[in-house]
Amino acid sequence: MQYLISVIHNKTDLASPDQEAAIDVFNDRLQAEGHWVFAGGLGAPDNATVIDNRGEEAVVTDGPFLESKEFLVGFWIIEAPDLDVALKLAAEGSKACNRKIEVRPFL
Amino acid sequence: MSLIDVRAAIAQAHHEEWARLVAILTKRFGDLDTAEEAAAEAFATAAELWPVDGLPPNPGAWLTTTATRKAIDRIRRENKRDDKQKEARMLYDDDPPEPVGVIDDERLRLIFTCCHPALTMHTRVALTLRMVGGLTVAEIARAFLVAETAMGRRITRAKAKIKAARIPYRVPSAEDLSVRVSGVLAVLFLVFNEGYLATGPDTDPLRHDLTAEAIRLTRLIRALMPDDGEVAGLLALMLLTEARRTARISASGELVALDEQDRGSWDRELIAEGHALVRARLASGQAPGRYQILAAINAVHTDVRDTDWSQVIALYDQLVRLDPSPIVRLNRAIAIAELDGPEVALAEVDGLPLEDYHAFHATQADLLRRLGRSEESRAAYDRAIALAGNTAETAYLIRRRDQLAGTRT
Repeated sequence: MQYLISVIHNKTDLASPDQEAAIDVFNDRLQAEGHWVFAGGLGAPDNATVIDNRGEEAVVTDGPFLESKEFLVGFWIIEAPDLDVALKLAAEGSKACNRKIEVRPFL
Repeated sequence: MSLIDVRAAIAQAHHEEWARLVAILTKRFGDLDTAEEAAAEAFATAAELWPVDGLPPNPGAWLTTTATRKAIDRIRRENKRDDKQKEARMLYDDDPPEPVGVIDDERLRLIFTCCHPALTMHTRVALTLRMVGGLTVAEIARAFLVAETAMGRRITRAKAKIKAARIPYRVPSAEDLSVRVSGVLAVLFLVFNEGYLATGPDTDPLRHDLTAEAIRLTRLIRALMPDDGEVAGLLALMLLTEARRTARISASGELVALDEQDRGSWDRELIAEGHALVRARLASGQAPGRYQILAAINAVHTDVRDTDWSQVIALYDQLVRLDPSPIVRLNRAIAIAELDGPEVALAEVDGLPLEDYHAFHATQADLLRRLGRSEESRAAYDRAIALAGNTAETAYLIRRRDQLAGTRT
């Protein structure tokens, strides 16, 4: 079972060196224990572009699809047998990057 | 056997077997929804057949067999491709009936799943009452003054989340157990309190159905986890509170304060059981948790002798160290008033951040009344009455306010 672990924050600041180090330790653990699928940090929402090609031609809009105070700044995709394991890992991830996290199952 | 006896037997089987049935079916078919539907169908079949054919020799076994067939029928009917896994499971899961200990464990899994922290408190309460308590969606909706369709949606959404997010069906690991047990107890305490201090202008002030259900489920958890001190503490707290149920509301539907209650009408049996639990916890020598301390306070209140207030305060001091919340400090101040007088207590109460809590204003009103400060007391009663949601409590507060000396007329 795979879960998307979204990192949510209200600023686009990069992780501090301490946080960076803690994230590295956490990532190493995810890989060592077989939970790791993929992870990455994201650019600012201002740099997003929305495309809607449901109609005749693609409509391009500058900016994120939703303006909000808090937004996605990065994510992990992990492999976990159930939600308890996923929540435990997410709690450690939140501690490591010092940001709020959402856990969502893949279909 | 008369029709009435058969109906009573079905009701009893429902009380005793529902949670076990849902638990066993959930384990076997890996799906709460299937388990719930099949268990409900089995009881509906029992209600049809038992009055005609008479009671089966072993109602529990009959229900298990019937519900299992219903579940298999249901899965075959749906016959979706993604049910292949369930079909496969059905083929080889022909285990003989499991020993009692393992089945008890199944019920425990069910409770922990329903009270999972990834669900909101309201959802946990609804799901526990449905899956473990066997209440119908309509009954749960009525208990919490919500429309039946809304309650149905809440339960359906919860089942869908459990499945999609894979909330596990198991007893938590030892390191998480105490946190998860306290989550389960919080659900049961909430059900009990809603019964004990029912809210709503058109609601009975006491909802015995809810307090009884909360006690029944807490007894079940105690039977499953006999060594857990907080489970024993919560059960004792509920029993000692429930024992005073009838004395707490007057014939005219007004709340009766503890010192004005007819002690003769308290339920001696429940009090004896509650006291025995509290004594057993004290004898264990383990540091008590929140519910055990609250139970001990209620044990002092239900003592045959007059209340020993210094002991009550000592227990509240212990509770404040575990939980320094303003509500605990408010209750401690009420005890202080009895020992050190209303002036000392009022100083403790003033400034607590409980402006929206009716009991805060009711306590202030009572202390001010005892100090002869009628005008201020009246204003505090007015604030308490505006905030109180329980009809018996409102009636009590209005009478106390109207009895104030030197009232403006």
